[in-house]
Amino acid sequence: MASSVIELQDITKVYQMGQVKVHALRGVSLEVERGEMLAVMGPSGSGKSTLMNIIGCLDQPSSGTYLLEGKDVGRLNDDQLAAIRNRKIGFVFQTFNLLARTSAFENVMLPLIYAGVGRAERRERARRALEVVGLVDRMEHAPTELSGGEQQRVAIARALVNDPAIILADEPTGNLDSKSGAEVMAVLQRLNRERGLTVVLVTHDPTIARHTQRIVHLHDGRITRNEMVAEPLLAAGGEGV
Amino acid sequence: MSILESVRLAFRALAANKLRAALTMLGIIIGVGAVIALMSVGEGVSLYITTQFQGIGTNLLFVFPGTLDQGGMPGMSTATAELTNGDAEALRDPIRAPDVAAVSPQVLCSAVVATGSRNTAAQVIGVTSGFAEVRNWFPEMGEFIDQEDLNSRARVAVLGRTVVEDLFPDNPYPLEQTVKINGVPFRVIGVMEEKGGSEFGDVDNRVLVPLTTAQTRLFPSRSRSGEYLVSLIMVKAVSEDRMEAASEQIATILRERHGIAFADEDDFSIVSQSDILNVFGQITSVLTIFLGAIAGISLLVGGIGIMNIMLVSVTERTREIGLRKAVGARRRDILWQFLIEAMTLSLVGGIVGIGVGVLGAEVISVLIEDFRAVVSPQAVLLATTFSAAVGLFFGIYPARRASLLNPIDALRYE
Ligand SMILES: Nc1ncnc2c1ncn2[C@@H]1O[C@H](COP(=O)(O)OP(=O)(O)OP(=O)(O)O)[C@@H](O)[C@H]1O
Ligand SMILES: [Mg+2]
Repeated sequence: MASSVIELQDITKVYQMGQVKVHALRGVSLEVERGEMLAVMGPSGSGKSTLMNIIGCLDQPSSGTYLLEGKDVGRLNDDQLAAIRNRKIGFVFQTFNLLARTSAFENVMLPLIYAGVGRAERRERARRALEVVGLVDRMEHAPTELSGGEQQRVAIARALVNDPAIILADEPTGNLDSKSGAEVMAVLQRLNRERGLTVVLVTHDPTIARHTQRIVHLHDGRITRNEMVAEPLLAAGGEGV
Repeated sequence: MSILESVRLAFRALAANKLRAALTMLGIIIGVGAVIALMSVGEGVSLYITTQFQGIGTNLLFVFPGTLDQGGMPGMSTATAELTNGDAEALRDPIRAPDVAAVSPQVLCSAVVATGSRNTAAQVIGVTSGFAEVRNWFPEMGEFIDQEDLNSRARVAVLGRTVVEDLFPDNPYPLEQTVKINGVPFRVIGVMEEKGGSEFGDVDNRVLVPLTTAQTRLFPSRSRSGEYLVSLIMVKAVSEDRMEAASEQIATILRERHGIAFADEDDFSIVSQSDILNVFGQITSVLTIFLGAIAGISLLVGGIGIMNIMLVSVTERTREIGLRKAVGARRRDILWQFLIEAMTLSLVGGIVGIGVGVLGAEVISVLIEDFRAVVSPQAVLLATTFSAAVGLFFGIYPARRASLLNPIDALRYE
């Protein structure tokens, strides 16, 4: 399976809440091919965010192995995990998580600072990333001066600025109206199709999910169904952005 | 992330909360300001004292009647002991006191000095002809008192520059003029060169007269045995490294002359210039330690203030920390970010404090006449290092706390 970017084998995650053990994941195995775009669906509390955090190297599984581009992530130390988050993964959050009082431009540059990229190149690459999401003309705006959809597109620019292999988006449209949501989906689809980026997103919205090639259904910490989407929808506004 | 980047980031984070940053710095500003001001004043005092003693000659011994209080000032004798002309004469003995090069007994007293139209208060000193050489102070014009004047108890006087200016504003060299000291007329035979300042008062506000004249005509006072008294005897040792020996020879001769029993204390004091400097040095160092402690406490309090604010800041910015970690910040990146922020607080506080301290030293210099505080580069360096160290020390704990935050928990923090 050389072409698998993500390979999860029997991943479990147990949270200890005082006396009670919460089993967030109960043995999840999943392979994601390079260039694939897939959606994770499931009821609240089914473990979707937990799964995304583990894929994004923000969290470690309680058991099981996770191979990222064939490398066992479980053996890496804290600094190596930080480097992976920096270079291989772009995270998009439901609540955008942009730095307040900081321009869009500088928010996008943030990962490059930790990648040790020089100032001139940083500016150039941040600019290009903002071009991709169609926000060059807003780059000096602070988050409070941007709409929700625009903020999320800035966050996507930040996720892709360091040329990651994977973009992980945990309910990226959860806080957006349908039009802004469509714009965000258009950008993600375009990154997937034109750049071959692997995209994994979590959503509660079946329509959003149908924009991807595969839908993984999660239930109570287990994958219950792997549904191939015959004809993925094309997000409106994708061309206009 | 580079240091420069971190510093820029730190300034930005502090600028977002200017008032808070300023208040946090206050402790450091006060602490460093106090250190700088106090060190500058201390430096100024010791420079002042050394300048005062410059030109007197380093191989001088001062013999005072009575014992000095421990750590007291010279001249504050406790007993009613006396020194006489005879004592001074005895010290001139080349066999018993081979390390004594010159002896200058003196009588000191304040008196009113007047011309027909003007008068002034000056210190009148009865001296011998050796005074000029021992004190390394010579007439600028005219003559100094010679042996002839002493033998004849001549009413001649040599004036200091200040006295000339007070009494003869139109005539800088009033030779052959007459001045009255406590009503007794004296002929001016010389004007001393200007010294400026002195170890005990204004040197230039002095009138020098022959010792014998002072003892008989101006301030007659005799010992129980009928000898004329002197206020002090200045002794010049043959060289600086024979001071110790000269001092012992003087003590032996005087103890014998005063009939002091073996076990009893001296009834006189022999003080060298370095002894006097030491006394001043002790006073200043006690002051330095005391004020230094206050400054240290202020820095400590300032440091705790910084730690407190940094802890608040880490809590406030938990989500930011989580996000930074999510996009690839390592623990040490976060650690440095907050550490540099703390050090920026304390260093900027330190630099402002240096400014405040220099200003304080300047104000003191203006307020106190003839005194200049000296801001030494060492003090500035010390203050800078200290404030950086305070920031480092008190910044480590909050910064470490930030760096150890778990990214998921941090991102979820409300
Ligand atoms: N830090 C934690 N400590 C304890 N339990 C946790 C923690 N994080 C998640 N859980 C529990 O793990 C389970 C899965 O949570 P997760 O956040 O992955 O759900 P989710 O599918 O993302 O839900 P939602 O759709 O509401 O976002 C839940 O029961 C949750 O309470
Ligand atoms: Mg979730």
